[in-house]
Amino acid sequence: MTSPEHASPGPFVPSRYRVVDRKTETSDITTLWLEPVDRPIAPYKAGQFNMLTAFGVGEVAISISSAPDAPGPIEHTVRDVGAVSHALASSEIGTVVGLRGPFGTDWGLESLAGHNVVVVVGGIGLAPLRGAMRYLAENPAPDRKVVLRVGARLPDQIVFPEEMERWREMGVDVEVTVDVADADWKGHVGVVTQILTELPFDGAGAVALVCGPEIMMRFSARSLIDLGVSPENIRVSLERNMQCGIALCGHCQLGPFLLCRDGPVVPYAPLAAELITEIER
Amino acid sequence: MEEMSELIAKNSLFAGLPDSTIQLAVGCAQNVTFEPGARILVEGEPADTLYLLRRGRVALQVQRPSGKPLVIETIGPNSVLGWSWLVPPYRWQFDGVAIDPVGAVAIDGTCLRAKADADSVFGYALLQRISGVLLSRLQSTRVRLLDLYGHSLDD
Amino acid sequence: MPSPDAVVIDANGVDSLITSLRAQGFRVMGPVVANGAIVHREIRAAEQLPVGWHDWQEPGSYRLSHGDDGEMFGWAVGPESFKQSVFPSRAVLWRARTDGQERQVEAPVDDAAPEAFFGARPCEVAALRVLGGVLAGAASPDPVFTRRRGTAFVVTVECGRPASTCFCTSMGSGPGAEADFDLALTELAGPAGRFLVRVGSERGAAVLSGVASRPATADDHRARDEVLGQAVAAISRTLDADAAPGLLARNLEHPRWDHVAGRCLACGNCTLVCPTCFCAAVEEKTDLAGTVEQTRRWDTCFDLAHSYLHGGSVRVSTRSRYRQWMTHKLSTWVDQFGNSGCVGCGRCITWCPAGIDITEECAAIAASDGAVKTNEPTAVRDR
Repeated sequence: MTSPEHASPGPFVPSRYRVVDRKTETSDITTLWLEPVDRPIAPYKAGQFNMLTAFGVGEVAISISSAPDAPGPIEHTVRDVGAVSHALASSEIGTVVGLRGPFGTDWGLESLAGHNVVVVVGGIGLAPLRGAMRYLAENPAPDRKVVLRVGARLPDQIVFPEEMERWREMGVDVEVTVDVADADWKGHVGVVTQILTELPFDGAGAVALVCGPEIMMRFSARSLIDLGVSPENIRVSLERNMQCGIALCGHCQLGPFLLCRDGPVVPYAPLAAELITEIER
Repeated sequence: MEEMSELIAKNSLFAGLPDSTIQLAVGCAQNVTFEPGARILVEGEPADTLYLLRRGRVALQVQRPSGKPLVIETIGPNSVLGWSWLVPPYRWQFDGVAIDPVGAVAIDGTCLRAKADADSVFGYALLQRISGVLLSRLQSTRVRLLDLYGHSLDD
Repeated sequence: MPSPDAVVIDANGVDSLITSLRAQGFRVMGPVVANGAIVHREIRAAEQLPVGWHDWQEPGSYRLSHGDDGEMFGWAVGPESFKQSVFPSRAVLWRARTDGQERQVEAPVDDAAPEAFFGARPCEVAALRVLGGVLAGAASPDPVFTRRRGTAFVVTVECGRPASTCFCTSMGSGPGAEADFDLALTELAGPAGRFLVRVGSERGAAVLSGVASRPATADDHRARDEVLGQAVAAISRTLDADAAPGLLARNLEHPRWDHVAGRCLACGNCTLVCPTCFCAAVEEKTDLAGTVEQTRRWDTCFDLAHSYLHGGSVRVSTRSRYRQWMTHKLSTWVDQFGNSGCVGCGRCITWCPAGIDITEECAAIAASDGAVKTNEPTAVRDR
């Protein structure tokens, strides 16, 4: 006998989505385009994530990399770092995956009106910020300059290079640096904080959106603070072991935050600064 | 046309130092320009110049037997290029190749060392500033050693 | 709020209650003695209850003894709580079968019979409330917990003989019960087999109406007050629940964490017996027919894999894992859910093989609030 609670599948049961397109971005990063087989998920905001299931392998939290109000399939950019992400990244077109979401806090795009914006990303960090970058590039405002600073290991590990070029043409101040390159690379070589030594506007009043490895986010935040950006206006995207995405399994705790519910986007001050400096939380 | 002392005072290495200190450097300095592709520093060659970059970028490169040279760092405008004039054996450790048209103030290393030997206050101030830049570059280099975007040591 | 119509029943009445609940379709889960401890099993009659049994609990120690006193509930708590009933240690979250070409995903049907929690202590009732704050209070509530807690019939039995490890009085969760039950029993002193029964719901009143009873007098209520008063006096351990969140938040580098890490085995017993711990690991497995099952099983933050992030675990040392458990239970739980995660049942103290006492750890940190793990050199010489 089923009770009314079981008429809906419940928050643990994934919806089915089909891979309708895929693109190999770098040696270990792939973008998947997904369309719903069942009911689509609720509208999402830039910065949120979904729990993606590779049936038979497992489930993992992946940021949504498509722009929130873009029509068409939902995009997820996946880095192959484990069994589940490997299975997802190698999914052929036609594969059915599971999807639950959208979950988590977003970058707060509405709050950026009237503020200059600095976006600092490293590695795959541009993927969770891609939706926000598209929004900022496509919605320029006279009282808002947008600066994008990108760090990657090698030139062929830069994600979305053509899109960055488009954003540059649309007025975004884009600079990219790599850790090392051969002489064909005419861009900057150095760590991302070395291209965060000045801003084309006053840091005070600017909002920074930062995403990448935690060490990189820490150092970038310090550079931004040196440039006058207020720590409360720096938003970072934090990551911990996520198993349910719905604040029920207890794994993604970081001090007072349940990152699937109170994150992944959190303000750098007052708490994140301490949390991501202290090891072993 | 800017005075040499103004050009030197603008560079982060000398910014904020007293005029008397700047003047000591002026005596060793001249304005230079390089075309893109010029090898400003050549590995193994005698190192005798401190370059205060005014415009354009320089790629620090390492040559290898096969394949293109590797770029290990980009030095940009308002920064400083070349330290090996400071300590023996006074030879460049890397190549420095202009990526853009480069304008710089070239300060003669021997001249600068002599002035530092003669005036320890000047010498100490210069070394303090140089140490700051070196420390910052070392820290950035160490962060790159961590290979943050790649696979960690634990993978 | 208990109805003003409290009654008194005798031992037969307790038996009738159990029978009445079973007749209504409830699976009655109650305390029984098994394997040297008082645990929860399905019961059919009052004679299965731990009549005459008493427990003796100390850090790292649990013993039972038996006497002729005829007391049905002369003990505190055993290692198990009713958490297992509303939040089973293993649960299937969904199954996916491949139907021809298409993969079909379905939720399992939870058709477990409704249960009656017979003999749930007030701290257990408080624990169910705390668990509810996590599992039912979330934006996406857990369907199994919501259903099972909703259908569960709670017969709470107030405490007359707290253990030395109890500190419910500090956490506001006992020894008396005031809410969230269907019926509340208090075993009164004097001749054995006298129970004051207070009603907490219409369902409770309905079940009680089938049991022989007499109205409670003022004397009976006084007798209850005496039982509770003696229980309060017998509780020796304390924890400053209001101060704990701030205290722990500002003492994350206190040297005491090293002290406890030297004793803690990271065995996770405390999380296993705790009535509010809710961490659960999600796993997926496939059978040869290609059916995929995603399941959830209890997990513990003492496990190294609990904090796994690609490349390794965040909390590697025992020190960091113990600190995570204790600061979560007493401090960050408040940030996350608005109330403390601890109900003062003392199980973590009793069942810790190293005898670590959460109240003692808290007091030790408070005694030197602000002390920081030293990074000073161990020796300094002039030459």
